[in-house]
Amino acid sequence: MRLALISALYLTFSFPLPAAPAPPQEDPNAICLACHGEKSLTAKRKGKSVSVYVDAKKFAASVHGSLTCTTCHADLEGKDLPHGAPLKKVDCGTCHDAEQQQHARSLHGKAVARGDPLAPRCANCHGNHDIVPVKDARSRVAPMNVPFVCAQCHQEGTPVQRNRNIHQGNIIENFSESIHGEGLLRKGLIVAPNCASCHTAHLILRHTDPASSISRRNIAATCTKCHAMIEVMHRKVIRGELWEKQAHVLPACVDCHQPHKVRKVFYTQGMADADCMRCHENEKLKAARDGRSLFVRAAELAGSRHAKTACSQCHSQVNASRVRPCETITQKVDCAACHAEIGQLYQRSTHGQLLAKNDVNAPNCKECHGTHGTLGRLNPQSATFATNVPTLCARCHREGQKAAQRYTGQQHEIIEHYTESIHGKGLLKSGLTVTATCTNCHTAHFVLPHTDPLSSVNENNVPATCGTCHHGIQEQFERSIHSRKVSTTDKALPVCKDCHTAHTIRRADQDQFKLEIMGRCGRCHQQIAETYFDTYHGKVSRLGYTKTAKCYDCHGAHDILKATDPRSHLSRENVVKTCQQCHAGATRRFAGYLTHATHHDPEKYPFLFWTFWGMTALLLGTFVVSGLHTLLWLPRALQMRRELQEAEAAEVAALAAKGKPEASKPPPAEGTPNG
Amino acid sequence: MANGQPPEKQFVRFTRLNRTLHACMIVSFLSLALTGLTLKFSYTAWAAMLSHMLGGFETAGYIHRFAALVMFTTFAAHLKDLYRMKKEKGSWRALILGPNTMVPMRKDWKEFVATMKWFVGLGARPQYGRWTYWEKFDYFAVFWGIAIIGSTGLTLWFPVFFTHFLPGWAINVATIIHSDEALLATGFIFTVHFFNTHLRPEKFPMDTTIFTGRMALAELKRDKPLEYEELVRSGKLEAGLAEVHPPIVMKTIRAFAWTALGLGFCIVIWIIYAMLFAYQ
Repeated sequence: MRLALISALYLTFSFPLPAAPAPPQEDPNAICLACHGEKSLTAKRKGKSVSVYVDAKKFAASVHGSLTCTTCHADLEGKDLPHGAPLKKVDCGTCHDAEQQQHARSLHGKAVARGDPLAPRCANCHGNHDIVPVKDARSRVAPMNVPFVCAQCHQEGTPVQRNRNIHQGNIIENFSESIHGEGLLRKGLIVAPNCASCHTAHLILRHTDPASSISRRNIAATCTKCHAMIEVMHRKVIRGELWEKQAHVLPACVDCHQPHKVRKVFYTQGMADADCMRCHENEKLKAARDGRSLFVRAAELAGSRHAKTACSQCHSQVNASRVRPCETITQKVDCAACHAEIGQLYQRSTHGQLLAKNDVNAPNCKECHGTHGTLGRLNPQSATFATNVPTLCARCHREGQKAAQRYTGQQHEIIEHYTESIHGKGLLKSGLTVTATCTNCHTAHFVLPHTDPLSSVNENNVPATCGTCHHGIQEQFERSIHSRKVSTTDKALPVCKDCHTAHTIRRADQDQFKLEIMGRCGRCHQQIAETYFDTYHGKVSRLGYTKTAKCYDCHGAHDILKATDPRSHLSRENVVKTCQQCHAGATRRFAGYLTHATHHDPEKYPFLFWTFWGMTALLLGTFVVSGLHTLLWLPRALQMRRELQEAEAAEVAALAAKGKPEASKPPPAEGTPNG
Repeated sequence: MANGQPPEKQFVRFTRLNRTLHACMIVSFLSLALTGLTLKFSYTAWAAMLSHMLGGFETAGYIHRFAALVMFTTFAAHLKDLYRMKKEKGSWRALILGPNTMVPMRKDWKEFVATMKWFVGLGARPQYGRWTYWEKFDYFAVFWGIAIIGSTGLTLWFPVFFTHFLPGWAINVATIIHSDEALLATGFIFTVHFFNTHLRPEKFPMDTTIFTGRMALAELKRDKPLEYEELVRSGKLEAGLAEVHPPIVMKTIRAFAWTALGLGFCIVIWIIYAMLFAYQ
């Protein structure tokens, strides 16, 4: 675009060169103009054909007319002509050092430094071969022309205005209608301020930057460059004592006189709000278009965080010169006008991305913060107060609600789980407002899915996120073998949530946590967990006994290191001490107990392997011999039983045949005492 | 008996001490088996449930060690009884080589061979005496078991002490021996011993002699003919006779024995299930 602009400029002002060229020894530029004086001369830039014609006459008339081409195109010095390759960009800073340094510190210079293709360089504002003195009305940066130079990029519809974060809208239009623009553009007052008067020419900075000429701290100084006595004037308006007592609560110029819209009309906040409330205090006021209520509850506004903010500061498109100042409003309130950094974060978050796509489910600022009654997050009445945050997020993220329906990940019943977690109990049962709520981990405005590398809950960022509260643990963890800062491996490394879970975090001293930890470690250390369950510690753990050594009792919890590391709990120096935690009086020999032994590995544990198979052989041998013995016995024993029964039957029959009368006798007393 | 005559007197084969020690043995052995197997088969749902029923693993551990003490005491009491018998007989030699010795002798080998012949139909049932060879085997199995399981058990109980003179891995070895030998003991007692003494058809469902101490003369004559003859020959039979226990005592004895027997069977089923279907 820049090139097109420059070439357009050339086309407008070009006229043919005089036919007689000057002798080359007298004009050092002649040799360059021999080629570049030809209007048809083109060169390739990034595959495009562009004109490299230099208008000799214009150049001669420019501020740089007395210089040779090589003064600026320094890399041409000593080169064979015609030069083939394109020349380097001209470094204006060789002469204009101070300006260049300012530019480098400015928004524009920083954009150049990070390679932003839209970033303006010297030539974009000043031109190149045709630069005339600023006092010359033809100068592109003459006061009258400055708004147009800036408008190249800052007009509605330009790529900069559309694609970069610029929170003021309709800048040029507003300026031209403002008292400043009117003076400059309509009345031709070149002393009236142009863009550069407030923003400076080269050190242009964001209003949030304290060093900026338009920051809250400096804006008064900037305005008083022209409005020298304005302080005295305002004493009449603002209660005089405040200047001394509460200097910090005083409004900055722009609080009343909005930037770019400064009118000669003098109004205070109160007056403006009163203007609005004349209509909006009516409870029945409805929007003509969609019938939504436009009623503003004055008391709600007065109790809100924005009590001291004028209506027009948020509804910034109002035009006080109209009878209905709000009729010029075309856009919704842009909170980012004041909350610029938060606005930037929000735009990059999932919430903001959805809003950009006009998704019906996208939450905007007011979804969480409300509108006129917005309260600070430290106010217990606020929806964003710590204890209210889970309920706030649950509005969309509870199972069945709109966010939960779109969600395709692994986490379910998030709100219920959170409520039962240590964080949820701390927050909701114990009322500890410092406990982690949704926003502590997910951030309030930069919410992103965990798969996004920028997300606060991305695996790489989890330790730091948890570490904002659990700082001591983070320090330990980041020195451990599990930390990505220590280990470089293609295998997955665990972070906090892999052992503690994301939403069901329990106290680590609860039995359930203690019993589950082996399974958690075992997800990666499968074999070592299995062999643990072959030993005493593992078996009793499995029976639900928690007072026995679990993974972290020996290996450490957050400070796990290789056993070969001298700092490890299991290093030669420390292992005995580690055993002694439970086994008072344990010796180095005791520490030789194989805590992960298995009898299935003849290479690693031959003693155990052969003991096991020896015992198994003994067992099988005994059972085979005695089993056979029993089996062989069985038919004989059955036979014996049959014979016995037959004998008994015969005896009974004989008795019955012999003496029936005996059977009628009463039975003798039983229960004779036994010696 | 069936026709209402006063119950016949029975021969007392086991002293009151023998019977008490056997009961102590049953109680401690079952306790040890139940609590120990929960640990061995900790991977089965049964183990977790049982451990919970026993009052949690910690309590199960206390029961296990207390039962071990009971068993050690039982064992010590028996050794003391042996010492008393040695004094009665005059010398260890007399005790060991005497007619009623528990030590396997040449006669036992002959009986074993004769039994094998009887099993396969090549001979009659041997004339067993005071102690058969399988009873002697059972007796020494207990000796062996207490020595092996007891020593390894003590090692596991006091690992810190034992590692003063044993390497650390000896604890692992002790664990395997303790656990597998215990499996052998429980498996053997609850199947082979149960069959040999209680479940074999001619005794079915239970031989209460070890609980009552008494055996009916007819049974003695049939089961241990040599012992009976010896008793008749030496004239000691009459002196060894005693009244049958009153029914309430018999009922208690049977309840106790049936509980032990039932528990034992449950344990066997659990072992088979754990070994075959849930092994990890």
